[in-house]
Amino acid sequence: MDLKEKLTASFLAFENQVDTDTYVHDVRNEAIKIFEEKGFPSKKEEAWKYTSLNSVLKQDYSVFPKKENAIEYSEVKKYFIHDIDTYNVVFIDGKYSSHLSQTTHDGIDVCLMSSALTKPKYRLVIENYFNKAATKDSLPSLNTAFSNEGAYIHIPKNKLVQKPIQIIYFSTGSEAATMLQPRNLVVVDENSHVQIIERHQSLTDNPVLTNSVTEIFTNKRAIVDYYKIQNDNQNATLIDNTFIKQKQESVASVHTFSFGGKLVRNNLNFYQLGERIESILKGVTIIGDKQHVDHNTLVHHIEPNCESHQDYKGIFGESSTGVFNGKIIVEKLAQKTNAFQANNNILISDKATINTKPQLEIFADDVKCSHGCTIGQLDESAMFYMQSRGIPEKEAKALLMYAFSNNVLNSVKIPEIKQRITKIIANKLGVNIGFDL
Amino acid sequence: MLKIENLHASVEDKAILRGINLEVKAGEVHAIMGPNGSGKSTLASVIAGKEEYEVTEGSIFLNDEDIDELAAEERAHKGIFLSFQYPIEIPGVSVTNFIKTAINANRKAKGLDDMPAKDMLKLIREKSELLEIDRKFLSRSLNEGFSGGEKKRNEIFQMAMLEPKLAILDETDSGLDIDALRIVANGVNKLKSKDNAVIVITHYQRLLDYIVPDFVHVLYNGRIVKSGGKELAHELEEKGYDWIKEEVNA
Repeated sequence: MDLKEKLTASFLAFENQVDTDTYVHDVRNEAIKIFEEKGFPSKKEEAWKYTSLNSVLKQDYSVFPKKENAIEYSEVKKYFIHDIDTYNVVFIDGKYSSHLSQTTHDGIDVCLMSSALTKPKYRLVIENYFNKAATKDSLPSLNTAFSNEGAYIHIPKNKLVQKPIQIIYFSTGSEAATMLQPRNLVVVDENSHVQIIERHQSLTDNPVLTNSVTEIFTNKRAIVDYYKIQNDNQNATLIDNTFIKQKQESVASVHTFSFGGKLVRNNLNFYQLGERIESILKGVTIIGDKQHVDHNTLVHHIEPNCESHQDYKGIFGESSTGVFNGKIIVEKLAQKTNAFQANNNILISDKATINTKPQLEIFADDVKCSHGCTIGQLDESAMFYMQSRGIPEKEAKALLMYAFSNNVLNSVKIPEIKQRITKIIANKLGVNIGFDL
Repeated sequence: MLKIENLHASVEDKAILRGINLEVKAGEVHAIMGPNGSGKSTLASVIAGKEEYEVTEGSIFLNDEDIDELAAEERAHKGIFLSFQYPIEIPGVSVTNFIKTAINANRKAKGLDDMPAKDMLKLIREKSELLEIDRKFLSRSLNEGFSGGEKKRNEIFQMAMLEPKLAILDETDSGLDIDALRIVANGVNKLKSKDNAVIVITHYQRLLDYIVPDFVHVLYNGRIVKSGGKELAHELEEKGYDWIKEEVNA
C-alpha cells in the first residue's frame, strides 16, 4: 500500500476518532476527496519541477501516532527562544503538551486547534476563517482532511501582544517513521500586533514528514511578524504551506530561516485584499550535504496602492540544492503596486545547485515591479582583505556569509531571534566568530 | 626585516613584477613611487600573500624566513599589515567587532587567549583617539557607506590596533583631504619605532611631506629602476615620470 492509499484508507478511522462538529466534518470530507483525486504532486507539475518528493514518500509512515510521549523541558530548552518571556504552544508527535506550553485566554486566545474546532465559543471564528485561505491544492487538502491539532491564535482588536508566541512541534521517533499534519490558524483583528515564532524539530533519526498548514488573517491595520526557524535534522522533511490573507493597511512579514532538514518546501502565499497593504517575505538559506530547500512564493496584488518586498539569500555547499520560485501577480485593478523581489545566491561547492525563477504576471499598467536574481561565489578580494588582518580562511568565509545574509537579519525585530540565528549560522559554518554577531 | 630577492610575479600568466630587489630594515621608512600600472599595488599584494598572484621566481624573506608558502593570515600573524587602497565593505559587522575578531585571531595564532574585554575596550579607546575617530563610527558596519577618508582612517586604526612589524600603506593618501591626510600621517608617525618598518606606496609626493621616507624607490615596468633619498620624491613631483621612462628605455 503506498502512502496515498494508506492515508485515504485511514481517513474514516481518523474522522471517527476525532469529535467534530458538522462544519469541519464537511470541510475534511471535501478535502480528502480532493487529495484522492490529485494525489501527491509530481515533477511533471511546473510548481514541483525542481523538487521531487519520491524519496520522501517511500517511507512507511505511521499517519497518526498512537503513543503519548513526554519530554522534559531541560532536554529541549535549546529549541526555544528561552531568554525572553513568551507564550508557548508545544506539540509532541502531533499531540498537545500542556507540560511544555504556556497558553492564554486573557484578552487574547493562544491555545489549541483541537479545542477551537470543538468548542462552541470558537465556532464563529472557525466558520469565518478555517480553511478560508488555504488553496485546494493536494498537500493543503491532505492537511485539511487530517486537521485536528495545532495552534489557534486569535487576537481581538486593539491589542499589542507583548510576548511573542512560539509554536513548536517536536517529534520523538516513537514510531519507525511518522507523518504529521499540523494545522495553525492565526486571526489578528483591527489594529492589533502579534509576533510568532514557528519551529519543527525532530529529536531522533527516525524519518519524519511534516505537512503543515498555517492560515493567517490580518484585518485592517493589523501587524503580524512571523518567524520560521527551520534547522531540523537530516531525516526530517517539512512541507510548509502558509497562506496569508491581508485586509487594508495591514502589514505582514514572514522570515524563513532554512538551515536544516533533508528536504524543505516552503509554499508561502500572500493575498492582498485591500489598499495600502504591505507584505514582506524574507529568507536566509544555508545548507550543505545533500539537503534540499525550495522556496515557492506567491504575492497576489489584487487592490491598488500596495507593496510587497521579497528578499531571499541562499548559500549552498556540498551537494545541496536550492530552488527559488517567486511568483508575483498584479491584477488589472492593482494600480500603483510596488513589488520588489530579489534572490541572491552563493554556491560554495562545484556540486551545489540553485534553480531560481522569477515569475511576474502583470495586468495593471501603472506599477513598479523589480526583480533580480544572482548566483555567485564568495568575493575573493573580501577574503584577502580579512585574511590580511590575520583572520583565518574559515572564519573569514563565515564572516562574509554572515555579511551576505545581513540585510535579511536586519529586519528581524526580536533581538533574541537575531542572536539565535547568527549563532545557528556560526555553528552551521563550524566557527566561533569570537563575538556575538 | 624584509628582504625581496629577484621577485617575479604574474597574474593570469601576465608578468607584472619582473625582478624586484628590496631590503627594508627595522626602523626605516621606504617609499615606493611610480606611474600607473608599474606594479606598485601588485608588489604590496604579493608581500601580503594574495593568492591570485603567482610568484614565478625569486623570494620574499621576513626576518630571514622565506614566506612564499605562507597564507595571507599567517603573514599577518608574523607582523605584516597591508592598508588597502580600496578597503572592502562588510555589512553587518561593526568596526569594533571586526577588529576584535582580527586581534583575537592573531592572539590565537600565537597561542594566547582572547584579549579580556576590558583591555580590548581600553586599547580601542586609546587608538581611536590617536586617529580622532569617534565612538559612533566604531559601531558602524565596516567600511559600509564610509567616505574615502573614513575608509583610510579606519585602515590606519586597524594598523594601530594590530601593531604590525611591517606596515605597507597602499595609496593611503588617495581620496584624503588635507585634514584627513594630516591625521592619518600623524597616526602612522606615532606608531613608528626602531623595531618596525613602513613601506609607503604612493603616486604623489604630498604624503611624504608628512611621513618622511628614508629611501625612495621608483617602480617602472615591474622593476625598481631608481632609488634615492627623500629628495628623489621632490624631483619626481617636479619633473613627473617621463624622464625616468626615458632613462630606462634609453
